[in-house]
Amino acid sequence: MPAPAMIRIEALSKRFDAFEVLKSVSLDVAAGEKLVICGPSGSGKSTLIRCINGLEDHQGGRIEVDGTPLGRDRAARARVRGLVGMVFQQFNLFPHLTVLENLMLGPVRARGLSRTAARDLAMRYLERVRIPEQAGKYPRHLSGGQQQRVAIARSLCMEPKIMLFDEPTSALDPEMISEVLDVMAELAGTGMTMIVVTHEMGFARRIADRMVFMDHGEIVEVAPPERFFTAPESARCRDFLDRILNH
Amino acid sequence: MRLAVLFGAVLALAGCSASWGWYVVDPSTAKGAQNLGFLLSGLGMTIRLSATAILISVTVGLLVALPGLSAHRGLRAASRAYVETVRAVPILVLILWVYYGLPQLSGLTISVFWAGVIALALSDSAFQAEIFRAGIQSIARGQYEAAYSVSLGYRDTMRYVILPQAIRRILPALGNQLVYMLKMSSLVSVIGMQELTRKANELVVSEYRPLEIYTVLVLEYLVLILIVSAGVRWLERRLAVDERQ
Ligand SMILES: Nc1ncnc2c1ncn2[C@@H]1O[C@H](COP(=O)(O)OP(=O)(O)OP(=O)(O)O)[C@@H](O)[C@H]1O
Ligand SMILES: [Mg+2]
Repeated sequence: MPAPAMIRIEALSKRFDAFEVLKSVSLDVAAGEKLVICGPSGSGKSTLIRCINGLEDHQGGRIEVDGTPLGRDRAARARVRGLVGMVFQQFNLFPHLTVLENLMLGPVRARGLSRTAARDLAMRYLERVRIPEQAGKYPRHLSGGQQQRVAIARSLCMEPKIMLFDEPTSALDPEMISEVLDVMAELAGTGMTMIVVTHEMGFARRIADRMVFMDHGEIVEVAPPERFFTAPESARCRDFLDRILNH
Repeated sequence: MRLAVLFGAVLALAGCSASWGWYVVDPSTAKGAQNLGFLLSGLGMTIRLSATAILISVTVGLLVALPGLSAHRGLRAASRAYVETVRAVPILVLILWVYYGLPQLSGLTISVFWAGVIALALSDSAFQAEIFRAGIQSIARGQYEAAYSVSLGYRDTMRYVILPQAIRRILPALGNQLVYMLKMSSLVSVIGMQELTRKANELVVSEYRPLEIYTVLVLEYLVLILIVSAGVRWLERRLAVDERQ
């Protein structure tokens, strides 16, 4: 019996004014599944995952997260928002708060945890991303790799069921990429449902259950990594892989 | 250079010229000390008036700025209308209208102090609203998105994420407004507010030494404002400690 779908996307369409960014996209993600999305710039990867946590609204189709449909209903949106964590390309840490305060804000204000409980939780996740010693620093005093790990820990403190990553290593210097990918790979081992937009193909091969290739607002190909990298079906996907694997 | 010479010449002239009569405010004479005390006795009122007005205008300014940034068109229009209307009225006119007009309209009597506070605060709030709007708009969208993704509601997002950063950025502008407020408070002397300018006017009437008395008045504002400016800069430096790169 297949695992129940954690995310159900049916015929999703999204427009910015007249420009159709997502054209009837359908995708199911099972609980615990790791999905890696790749595709050319402007193909709609960010828009798709931003629709999943309600950062973008959509004009057509259906998104259901853990059985809750995302629509006008505010309570439903709030529930989905609580289930889904997101990590951004630019980290988006709160610059005026220390690392610890960055991690505690959501748990205290949104989840209603006591400050003591939130601090314990924050320290636990800082250890998970291996930077507990930076708890008292401000984000600008950390390297990019450390900042992104703080951002991951900040999301995890909300104890989400799903984690979305939008090109989490694209803004990093090369020598810091692996420390972030390692933390993500470790997270993948815990059974978290993950959708990762990335062009780090070595990482994708390592953790992905399925690869998704998008182009021009459509999902062109979905395949397990062995098949995806060795025998892509569509010409567009083949061209794309050629370009990024042998540049 | 030429300016320095000119300045020196003026000072020398001030020292020896027979047309100056510093005795009116000479603290070594009993009369002079009394006059000086009289002039300085307006200081407390100037500070109280300005401080009360700025607290109110910052609050009102924020409350006007927030709906101005909402997605709701009606709210945006209301905020815009408030700013445009209030900004169009000269402060002096507003002071006269609040003191003489508002009691007739509302049936309440308003003290000179509160008339001054209301007029100054109202007038300043339009500028405060614009300052807050610019400050809030300067915060990157990613900050809202991060706040959203950790489930913060609108209030918490504003209170803990956006405003603390926006206020750091607008602090120089807020400092300017405070200085401006201290200066504009002199206008409230026209309705009889016993602040610095009013005291000077009254003393001029009895002593008839406008040059010396108004020079002291200028110095009073100068010192007051230099102190306030230094305070604002100190606060900026302190908050800059945890500002972004
Ligand atoms: N807020 C917006 N308003 C108008 N157009 C937008 C907006 N956001 C994205 N777009 C457009 O939608 C298209 C898809 O954008 P999206 O960011 O989803 O692409 P992407 O696949 O993530 O690209 P990249 O690899 O560059 O991040 C692009 O053409 C982009 O210009
Ligand atoms: Mg993108």
